[in-house]
Amino acid sequence: MGDLLDDYRVSGAFDEMFAGVAEPREHYRSLHGVLQTLSRRDFEERCDARDRAFRDAGITFQLSGEERPFPLDLVPRILPAQEWATIEAGVRQRVLALEAFLADVYGPGRILADGVIPRRLVVSSTCFFRAAAGIEPPRGVRVHVAGIDLVRDSAGRFRVLEDNLRTPSGISYVIENRRAMTRVFPELFASHRVRRVADYPTHLLEALRAAAPEPVDDPCVVVLTPGVHNAAYFEHSFLARQMGVELVEGSDLVCRDNIVTMRTTEGLHRVDVIYRRIDDEYLDPLHFRGDSILGCPGVVNAARAGTVTIANAVGNGVGDDKALYPYVPDMIRYYLQEDPVLANVDTFRLEDPDTCAWVLERLDQLVVKPVDGSGGHGLVIGPQADDATLTLLSKRVSANPRGWIAQEPVNLSTAPTYVDDTMGPRHLDLRPFAIHDGERVWVVPGGLTRVALPEGSLVVNSSQGGGSKDTWVLATTAEGPEPVPEPGAEPSAGDKLLRAPQPGPLPAQDAQQQQQQQQCAVRPPC
Amino acid sequence: MLSRIAESLYWIGRYTERAEDTARLLDVHYHHLLEDRWADEAAACAGLLRAMGDERHEGSPAMDADGVTEFLAFDIKNPASITSSITAAWENARGAREAISSEMWEVLNTTHHTLSARARLGAGRSPHDFFRWVKERASMLAGLADSTLSRDEGWSFLVLGRNLERIDMTARLLSARYGESWGPSGWTTTLRCCSAYEAYLRTYRHAVDASSALEFLLLDRLFPRSVLHALTAAEQSLAELEPRAGRTGVDDEARRIIGRSHAALSFLRVSDAIADLPELLEELQGATAQVHAAVTGRYFLDNRAIEWSAEVRAGA
Repeated sequence: MGDLLDDYRVSGAFDEMFAGVAEPREHYRSLHGVLQTLSRRDFEERCDARDRAFRDAGITFQLSGEERPFPLDLVPRILPAQEWATIEAGVRQRVLALEAFLADVYGPGRILADGVIPRRLVVSSTCFFRAAAGIEPPRGVRVHVAGIDLVRDSAGRFRVLEDNLRTPSGISYVIENRRAMTRVFPELFASHRVRRVADYPTHLLEALRAAAPEPVDDPCVVVLTPGVHNAAYFEHSFLARQMGVELVEGSDLVCRDNIVTMRTTEGLHRVDVIYRRIDDEYLDPLHFRGDSILGCPGVVNAARAGTVTIANAVGNGVGDDKALYPYVPDMIRYYLQEDPVLANVDTFRLEDPDTCAWVLERLDQLVVKPVDGSGGHGLVIGPQADDATLTLLSKRVSANPRGWIAQEPVNLSTAPTYVDDTMGPRHLDLRPFAIHDGERVWVVPGGLTRVALPEGSLVVNSSQGGGSKDTWVLATTAEGPEPVPEPGAEPSAGDKLLRAPQPGPLPAQDAQQQQQQQQCAVRPPC
Repeated sequence: MLSRIAESLYWIGRYTERAEDTARLLDVHYHHLLEDRWADEAAACAGLLRAMGDERHEGSPAMDADGVTEFLAFDIKNPASITSSITAAWENARGAREAISSEMWEVLNTTHHTLSARARLGAGRSPHDFFRWVKERASMLAGLADSTLSRDEGWSFLVLGRNLERIDMTARLLSARYGESWGPSGWTTTLRCCSAYEAYLRTYRHAVDASSALEFLLLDRLFPRSVLHALTAAEQSLAELEPRAGRTGVDDEARRIIGRSHAALSFLRVSDAIADLPELLEELQGATAQVHAAVTGRYFLDNRAIEWSAEVRAGA
């Protein structure tokens, strides 16, 4: 019996593992049983093994300019099959609605004409780019990859916190976390049936190839990175390697006469699909920031000419602008004629003067976010903020209500997490990743669970010192095993070829000894 | 293959070979001076520094063995030191991570991470441990490259870089040997630098003498660290990169230069080599520099970012 979980105290929030004191939930029971057998020392040895593995493989994250091994907590987060089915349906629905919305605002603008969404909100978005208007992406896909951030409220319901339709990152950590877990904690997997996440790069490559502009036999896909100094460089290189495509930097690309090529040892080679991990503003100095040397001049015009596909499309940011977030349920009803499967977090639209005034009086009770902030920057959690912060916030919000949204604070669910030599409750969220290939939306079973490591903190972003957990989606018994090569009745060619390795010539002395033994063996017992 | 990636692989090959060869050189040099108390330490050190192309210490007070070791092995400010070479190889690998195997990347990454701790230990207590570690890591990388990389263009660039560096470093080593007397056991030391002593004994079956040792290191067709062997391998890599052969000559400037050196060495008498050794070694180093320039010009297309200048309006 170990002492690992002895001091664990359930917090006031919904706890992922425990329904009550020392009472694990049904789907956590088996994991809880294994953890019970571990002592702190066992656990710490595994933590060391994990850090070594991450550091040697160069799976690191830059925090304030320092390379650190990506903080993976070794207690996995488990989602039962039933719950996952809801999440999957909700994410799929949301991606399709946002896809329709983007096609609409960069095209006919029906939803604006019908007054469902105020036109001024859309056109005043800093991510609404006129350069993207009228570009018809192949198969109508603009959101090739989406990351939808979910949180669980104190009632245990999943809600959408925000959408990421530009370049959501974190999938490499999902896959590497799983790999590390299977190495460090193999016995945990023996008692669970966890769905695979490693297929993601295959699905992504298929979707990107399907997005190629013309009917080309073998489309050339590249991953475009800002370079080794980007915080997510590991992920860019990981995806390129796992898909078997080139990882290019802006200076490797040349665009002439609306044809994009890359510089190779055999001259210029045509590029059909660019999976870019560079923000819109830096992508093309002809249209956006002229001082950017990260992108490739002319690439947006090439996309408009239909000779190259940019994934995700330029201008997607208007879809995940936080000021438009409160309208996503309306988009779902408008475009899909369905009710939202996953609810939003209750949000106040500050462009309405009365609401804004009401919110300004209650800043200490609400969460306020800048609409264009990412990575948790600029976010103020009212109940945890001091007076000076709130006064400053009040000034900034009244000066520019369009730049902010206010939300009811959600007490994010917690799960046991090992920090500073003890197991304690920490708040977490979930980012499932979806891939849209034009026909279907595939959601990777699991996603990135991010953990706020400081006790009581609600900010999970890794750029703010957050960690992560391996996320397990359990398979239902009905689903059967994941497709693996079936052991056939006939032995395969490989089996037939199995032979014992040929013994080499034995040194003279050994051969003699063996012979002597054999002679001994055949000698009849006396 | 992307030009940038090809260039990185070429430099990974060069830098790891440079780190390894420098470690070999220093290891033997350092212990030779320890064992042979009759050796002229100052002269040997000055010769070594000169061979490594260092001009900064020219005229300054002579360095002792520890100073040279510090400068050539651990000094991060010296771009040719072992630590600098390993860091440079790692930086190249970091930008080409998807093009090399993850095994290779992990070896280089782990080497780079443990480098400063190893260097501190080596500088303080036993430089030999450090040198052996560098040689082992370089061998591990070479072995993993050999067993995990496809024999495509990338492989050719890696091998080309490695062999060009080997030619250059062996030429430097021999000129260090030539310039200064390392005492009576000097040629044995030189052979040991290249891990060639035992192979030499098996081949010649007699004690080391200048003529045979030089012949072995310069002209042997079978020993993998001889100059001729490295020239053959480099020429082979260049041939793989440009498989189309015309009826006359070669189009590729790099191959022309290396082919000429190869032919010159193939038919050289060892007595002639001894007579013209300084010129010969200088020519070899010159040839590697020219090959490098030709390869860079041909395969590593200039991919510097375009700088945009503000539009100038008349009358503004």
